[in-house]
Amino acid sequence: MALDDQKGGFKFIGTRPNRPDGLDKVTGRARFGADAHASGMLHAAILRSPHAHARIKKIDTSRAEAAKGVKAIVTRADFTQSLQPAPGMKGENWNILENVMAGDTALYDGHAVAAVAATSALAAKDALKLIEVEYEPLPHVTDVDKAMQADAPVIREGVAAGTVPKGLHPNVAGYHESGHGDVEAGFAEADLVVEDHFVTEATHQGYIEPHACLAQLGADGKGELWCCTQGHWNVQKVCAALLDLETSQLRVTASEIGGGFGGKTAVFIEPVALALSRKANRPVKLVMSRAEVFRATGPTSSTSMDVKIGMKKDGTITAAQGVFRLQGGAFPGAPADMTAMCAFAPYALKNVHQIGYDVMTNRPKQAAYRAPGSPMAAFGVESVIDELCNQLGLDPLDTRLKNASHEGTKASYGPKFQRIGLVETLEAAKAHPHYTAPLKPGQGRGISCGFWFNHGGETAVSLALSEDGTVQLAVGTPDIGGSRASMALMAAEVLGVPYDNIRVIIADTASLGYNEISHGSRVTYASGLATIKAAEDAVKKLCARAAAKWGIPEDAVKWEDGCAVPSGPNAGEFPPMPIAEITRKMGATGGPICGHFEATPEGAGVSFATHIVDSEVDPETGKTSVVRYTVVQDAGKAIHPTYVEGQFQGGAAQGIGWALNEEYIYGEDGRLQNPLFLDYRIPVASDLPMIDTVIVEVPNPGHPYGVRGVGETSICPPLAAIANAVSAAAGVRMRQLPMSPPRILEALEKQAGDG
Amino acid sequence: MSMIHVNTKVNGDEAEFLCDPRETLLDVLRDQLNLTGSKEGCGTGDCGACSVTLDGRLVCSCLVLAVEAEGHEIGTVEGIAEGETLHPLQQKFIEYAALQCGICTPGILVAAKSLLEKNPDPTESEVRYWLAGNLCRCTGYDKIIRAVMDTAKDMREAS
Ligand code: FES
Ligand code: FES
Repeated sequence: MALDDQKGGFKFIGTRPNRPDGLDKVTGRARFGADAHASGMLHAAILRSPHAHARIKKIDTSRAEAAKGVKAIVTRADFTQSLQPAPGMKGENWNILENVMAGDTALYDGHAVAAVAATSALAAKDALKLIEVEYEPLPHVTDVDKAMQADAPVIREGVAAGTVPKGLHPNVAGYHESGHGDVEAGFAEADLVVEDHFVTEATHQGYIEPHACLAQLGADGKGELWCCTQGHWNVQKVCAALLDLETSQLRVTASEIGGGFGGKTAVFIEPVALALSRKANRPVKLVMSRAEVFRATGPTSSTSMDVKIGMKKDGTITAAQGVFRLQGGAFPGAPADMTAMCAFAPYALKNVHQIGYDVMTNRPKQAAYRAPGSPMAAFGVESVIDELCNQLGLDPLDTRLKNASHEGTKASYGPKFQRIGLVETLEAAKAHPHYTAPLKPGQGRGISCGFWFNHGGETAVSLALSEDGTVQLAVGTPDIGGSRASMALMAAEVLGVPYDNIRVIIADTASLGYNEISHGSRVTYASGLATIKAAEDAVKKLCARAAAKWGIPEDAVKWEDGCAVPSGPNAGEFPPMPIAEITRKMGATGGPICGHFEATPEGAGVSFATHIVDSEVDPETGKTSVVRYTVVQDAGKAIHPTYVEGQFQGGAAQGIGWALNEEYIYGEDGRLQNPLFLDYRIPVASDLPMIDTVIVEVPNPGHPYGVRGVGETSICPPLAAIANAVSAAAGVRMRQLPMSPPRILEALEKQAGDG
Repeated sequence: MSMIHVNTKVNGDEAEFLCDPRETLLDVLRDQLNLTGSKEGCGTGDCGACSVTLDGRLVCSCLVLAVEAEGHEIGTVEGIAEGETLHPLQQKFIEYAALQCGICTPGILVAAKSLLEKNPDPTESEVRYWLAGNLCRCTGYDKIIRAVMDTAKDMREAS
């Protein structure tokens, strides 16, 4: 259906009904990862390395095995022996196995080395203390710049992907380079060139629900797994590979998920629980503690970045160049490529060049965190643009408008943009009262743009009609933030049945074809598209039944407001046939009526946002607060606007934590010093203001209703927007995140000294 | 270690259990009494996902030893609704989309209910500071604060 036909013609899309799972979630009834029980269930716990880097010389489990209640202990020997390491991402399953359970070397503080299943959680924890591990500590490195220096200890030889230039340290696992034009010539044309160095620390996704699972695996190779994950088909595939199972013999059910933000796209504990279950021949529940979550899952990469931009006096950017070094933990896979590709995407540039390095250190393997890489890149790039505007006396919003990418722009990372909404977000920001509101003394205002690709990915959806005309919709993407509501709205729109008549479930791996992980902001786009197509498939079948009843051709029947109707005067005169009338007789008229759709949609449609932030800095203490925040973002089409606002607000809040407070702190000994919420402090209610939102809708040509993913773009601008606001308030450019009170004071003192 | 017998009341019903002296009230609620509505987000008193009331006082159940419940009355999220009738806070949280993933929701509802019982007319700052012990990573708190403020208003008008 052409987009123009849809304009304004929606009945359900854009409304704000209550979410279908709301009741379960406010009554405590919803079952999350740790809420499952099975009869005969054992409890498991994992022993973790206290060393940042150490050879494992010996593991003696005999005392633990003899302890009361202990039913099984596993080490690396209990997993597949058939995977091999390989350069770059080629050996990813081996990398996952190595991360899930250490082989001959512990690679970071918190790396799993053994696991116990026992009759109670306390017995399992007690038994951990009886496992004797003999370590030979090795030199370690946890800083990205140091890890690239010649004298840095090598995490693992032979990891570098083929694209990594010769002569770099073996810790450089990946390399990306792209761009177009001639940056040197561009810089020569500029009236002002600003070049600066930026640093961000690793931050954790910080979902409130720790990883948890309940596993059952028999000697027959058949398994059942319940877990909180963003992608249960991926869990199924990975576990099968790590345990030598046939993929289809392991059925994985996704629990309700207590936040993920990318961090639950990875597999950490599920293979361990399955291995324990196989050995003990009992169901095994494994739940991470908060400290384990911090030490051994997530976080995002820390970065070290150099950004150089040239500008003419009128604000035209003549050239831009960036180098982005990403610390990815003890494995390859940091999003150096995406960081580099996102960096300059908001701007139409003649000359642009970007390089990304994926660097290994003795830290946990980085995991995706909401638009992986893009927020950090934006911090560097948008800070430099801010500085250029300051020095040239230009309005930061007008300057961004002048350079903004639009339809037809050759993106900094290669392709030509289709219809995009950056200009619209900038214009909406400019028109917003926030942008011109007066500031109080001691306050500063910052803005930033942000970009994310969004993603489609493998998707399967199935929809079954009941005899009373109600609808069961099975999707394969876990509902992290209200997606059941969006799916039901889209199905209702096509079928013309009430929203409440649709029951949406998240199907297990045995009930649908492969569904890629809920990542890349793909759920409303891809599962939504598949839902629309599946509903259209059902409508086609409904029309066929009506046609057969009326004795007219199938194409002479159309679907309107939940009824089959003749498509025109020539089709004949028949009263509308409601859905329930058709389904009531479906058994006798050809059997059950279902719709389904399986595909890998490609038209995800990139998205942009512009954020405006006011902040206040206390020069005495260095404490910073965000006093006003406005998010303007292109959603393509907001299916359920309240949940779209929620994504905008959540991204901004996480960005505030990242910008001001959150960081992984490692000691000289390579151990994580703040693995608790007390010391790794995420924003609390009293830290934040209300977060205003403006939903811009520039339809995505790749979705029937124009949807663009919204979950990730919202975290792209905050770091930079807040840094620009704080720099304005403090009167000094902040180049390192988080802008914690000591860092602010240091910057103020340094400036006072320089002056 | 020998188990200890504890008598208590949970959501108005008598409940007794045997526990290890090291077990927390949260452990027992979840693993023995099958009240899994209270969540463990941290186990160290920093996230509030395990919030319950102990004789009407708001506490983190991960910081209360199960044996300490002896002779006391505990209120959990499962006891907030009266039968089929949701508490106005529960209703408003759904309506305002004050939850995304919902893992923080039980704790926040218990905490917010306890605030409104003490202070039926809180300011925005009072709500924000009262809920500062309850982490939510999804929402940025905006819709949560609005839901609580608006529920307070409705309840005042209704009374
Ligand atoms: S689990 Fe009790 S405060 Fe976090
Ligand atoms: S809704 Fe997810 S943590 Fe609050």
